[in-house]
Amino acid sequence: MKLIIAIIKPYKLEEVRDALAAIGVAGMTVIEVRGFGRQRGQPEIYRGAEYTTTFVPKIRLDIAVAADLVPRVLETIQETAKTGSIGDGKLFVLDLEQAVRIRTGELNEDAI
Amino acid sequence: MNRATLKRASLAALGFGVLAALPGAAGATAPAAVNSGDTAWMMTSAVLVLAMILPGLALFYGGLARSKNMLSVMTQVGAVAALAMLVWVGWGYTEAFGEGGNAFFGGFGKAFLRGVTPDSISGTIPEYVFASFQMTFAAITIALVLGAVVERMKFSAVLVFAVVWLTLVYFPLAHMVWAEGGLFYSMDPAALDFAGGTVVHINSGVSALVACLIVGKRIGYPREPMPPHSLTLTGVGTGLLWVGWFGFNAGSALAANGSAGLAMINTFVATAAAGLAWLLVEKLSGRKPSALGFCSGIVAGLVAVTPAAGNSGPIGAIALGAAASFVCFYAVTWLKPKLGYDDALDTFGIHGVGGTVGAIGTGIVYSSALGGPSGEGWSMGTQILVQVEAVVVSYAWAAIGTAIAIIVAKALTGLRVSEEVEREGLDLGEHGERAYNH
Repeated sequence: MKLIIAIIKPYKLEEVRDALAAIGVAGMTVIEVRGFGRQRGQPEIYRGAEYTTTFVPKIRLDIAVAADLVPRVLETIQETAKTGSIGDGKLFVLDLEQAVRIRTGELNEDAI
Repeated sequence: MNRATLKRASLAALGFGVLAALPGAAGATAPAAVNSGDTAWMMTSAVLVLAMILPGLALFYGGLARSKNMLSVMTQVGAVAALAMLVWVGWGYTEAFGEGGNAFFGGFGKAFLRGVTPDSISGTIPEYVFASFQMTFAAITIALVLGAVVERMKFSAVLVFAVVWLTLVYFPLAHMVWAEGGLFYSMDPAALDFAGGTVVHINSGVSALVACLIVGKRIGYPREPMPPHSLTLTGVGTGLLWVGWFGFNAGSALAANGSAGLAMINTFVATAAAGLAWLLVEKLSGRKPSALGFCSGIVAGLVAVTPAAGNSGPIGAIALGAAASFVCFYAVTWLKPKLGYDDALDTFGIHGVGGTVGAIGTGIVYSSALGGPSGEGWSMGTQILVQVEAVVVSYAWAAIGTAIAIIVAKALTGLRVSEEVEREGLDLGEHGERAYNH
């Protein structure tokens, strides 16, 4: 079992969700986050005062999947979330030790 | 205020007095009477100006502030407006419009509205309506001043400042501009100020500048970014200001007549031109046409057309509005950073600068040659000199009075919140609430 953390552009969320559902991802958690990477924020101008906002709004997806599904999930997110311009986001893959479905008590791959 | 109307009203009153002395004639002539149409419009206008303050200005200013100070801005705006209403009834009305007095102050015979009854008449409207309408002007002017000093001034200091400032600065200036015998009113030719370009906008703008210089910068200004927290609310506030401004400008005819109609169309077109002009100058200076720019242009146009509302043709008003936007744009984007004062919400940059453009520009667009109502035998040069004179007196009066009012507030309250409260935000520190719980 793996946990995939995907940081993507907010307006890409629906597209990514639909593409992942189509390849059999059964669930995900969506979080609105702010941060920066190489994009280093974006400039804003209010009445002539120019600000560089250091933290850019992004969407973080937490997706728990069986290990064999990981390559397809990564590939799908890359395909749908990619615009080619700076700030497209990142993907992280972590080992997942255990999962429990609260309602039934099922464990691990049965629970996700 | 429409001078012609006031003069006509006082002549009528004089005529009535003479006739009343002759019993035979008195019965044949109708006494000076309340005109129900005028009265209905003036009651509406007074309420429109209230809507400019609450919620108009409160939202406009609140949206420009940071979210941690939203409630503080709205509460300060509302509370000083409410305070101004009580002070107005107490001594403001008589200090501005009481009979007697001199070029700077009215007589004090009408303190606490003594002697004013439902039968008292001012022009063609009940005196209570006139006093209510004028009251709303005092209320919005003090609220405007706060724009420069929000996010750091104590609530108690704001209240003390408001009472002293109204007494020393606003009421005398209102007297000078609008009361018979007032300084600007007695200039030759009289200074043109239809709806309060000097007493409301130059006055609030200059007072805001002086106040923010004495109060000092916000912690972190200009190093830290302090962008507006909700331009949506600022946009809503801008709309309410524009709508309410019809009461402010067209109401200043003190009647539902042609002069009010002229003020109305000018308040439409000057503002429209100014909103678009700001977007244009943003574009020309290599930026994007912005929502805040549009709102800023609208307010600059409203400010500039205030003294010219009934003193200009629509085409002159369009030119005046557009010119004001250009000048105000450079005031807030170039002058302010250059001089480094922390006029937090640009009260001086928009109201002070736009008011100055409007007041002097009124001396130009008044000309019949440009579609204004000057008529024959009027000299633009002389008029502009008088306009400049009125502007200079307003600047000086506002600056000195504001300095005194801030010093009094500092002595009584300490003026600024603690550094801790300023960093945490005045909403929690001064009012114990948060604007957004989510």
